[in-house]
Amino acid sequence: MKDISSKVLQGDPRAIARLITLAENNDPITTSAMKDIHPHTGHAHVVGITGVTGSGKSTLISELTRVYRKQGKKVGIIAIDPTSPFSGGALLGDRIRMMELAMDEGVFIRSLGTRGMLGGLAGAVYDVVEIFDASGKDIIFVETVGVGQAEVDVIKIADTTLVVIVPGLGDSIQTLKAGIMEIADIYVVNKADREGAEQTVAEVLSLVDISCSDKERKTPIIQTVAKDKKGVVELVDEIEKHKKLLEKTKEFEAHRRLRYEAELVEIIRKRLMNLVFDESKFKDKVETLINKISRKEVDPYTAADEILRKVLK
Amino acid sequence: MVRKIRVLVAKPGLDGHDRGAKIVARALRDAGMEVVYTGLHQTAEMIVEAAIQEDVDVIGLSLLSGAHMTLFVDVADLLKKKGVEDVLVVGGGIIPEEDTPKLKKAGIAGVFGPGTPCEDIVDFIRKNVKR
Repeated sequence: MKDISSKVLQGDPRAIARLITLAENNDPITTSAMKDIHPHTGHAHVVGITGVTGSGKSTLISELTRVYRKQGKKVGIIAIDPTSPFSGGALLGDRIRMMELAMDEGVFIRSLGTRGMLGGLAGAVYDVVEIFDASGKDIIFVETVGVGQAEVDVIKIADTTLVVIVPGLGDSIQTLKAGIMEIADIYVVNKADREGAEQTVAEVLSLVDISCSDKERKTPIIQTVAKDKKGVVELVDEIEKHKKLLEKTKEFEAHRRLRYEAELVEIIRKRLMNLVFDESKFKDKVETLINKISRKEVDPYTAADEILRKVLK
Repeated sequence: MVRKIRVLVAKPGLDGHDRGAKIVARALRDAGMEVVYTGLHQTAEMIVEAAIQEDVDVIGLSLLSGAHMTLFVDVADLLKKKGVEDVLVVGGGIIPEEDTPKLKKAGIAGVFGPGTPCEDIVDFIRKNVKR
């Protein structure tokens, strides 16, 4: 196991895959491996893709990847699907739409379950981005779960965020105004061959137009039909334009800082949760306090403080 | 934290009947496993490549066309060739009884015919995962 990080740095697929698993399972090996690889990160451009369920995110990523592969770029794809809150299991089905990439050695696809993380991402996603980056990927796509309105965490990890919208959702764009409609660096109207596409574009355009932001850049809207490979080259151009803009301004630094902040918070959160709920010495205490709360012998706030005091001692 | 069992469910070859594979995928999910579902028309190469990238503990193959002696065995052979030794391979579908011993010899650890209760598959996987 000791040489896993050096193998990851050489781009060895099995080492990459194994280290991701270790990170997902919060295995202690992750800590030393991530320490080794962190200095080798910072090269990859991270593109987040979010949108409602069925908007065509996976198909779009598949097509974007084909364009980047033609340019000789190496691509990592992180495809996130929800973990069942009841069984803890997950059905990860994004690979179905990416079959054309299956035999390309320059593409690495990893499916992740959310494993209790809210916000549209998976707990290990920051680790996977670092691992892909260190292993020499040029572009990393992060596909969120199909989102509703408020799952906006993807902006914490992405350099460029695409929000995918489809025609035929009625007045949905109005209802989406807050939340995911605020995070786009590029809007993508996918399935643009469908009825109502023009109206959808107009609605998004009106959102862009009424923005009072004094930023020079107006968020572009790209129409695609991913399954017919239409509009995809234009979308890649727009991603590259955004990348150049970030590099020219100080925003790039700000984006990266936001990611590291989110990553740091996530690691601390994981470790604290682990300390309280997985370490057996507090388990009985937690159980006892829950019983006491049910019997009205103590209130939840006092109980929480009591546990935290013990943990921090 | 309990390590989750990851399973790749794939249909090799050309048959288009994926109801069985979907039912098994669902049962494994409900048993708390992470199931990577790759869908129809997979080659042995695609299955093994996906299994490596997804770092699964188990590959579950489903086939109803009668080509299991070729396609199941291809997957097992390719895994051996690539030095992947810690992945459990199981298969299901319309598989004549007399083929089962041959498949097991070729490296398909569990073979499940029609009518197998889903719990049997879940139990078999839990007992036999290699890591």
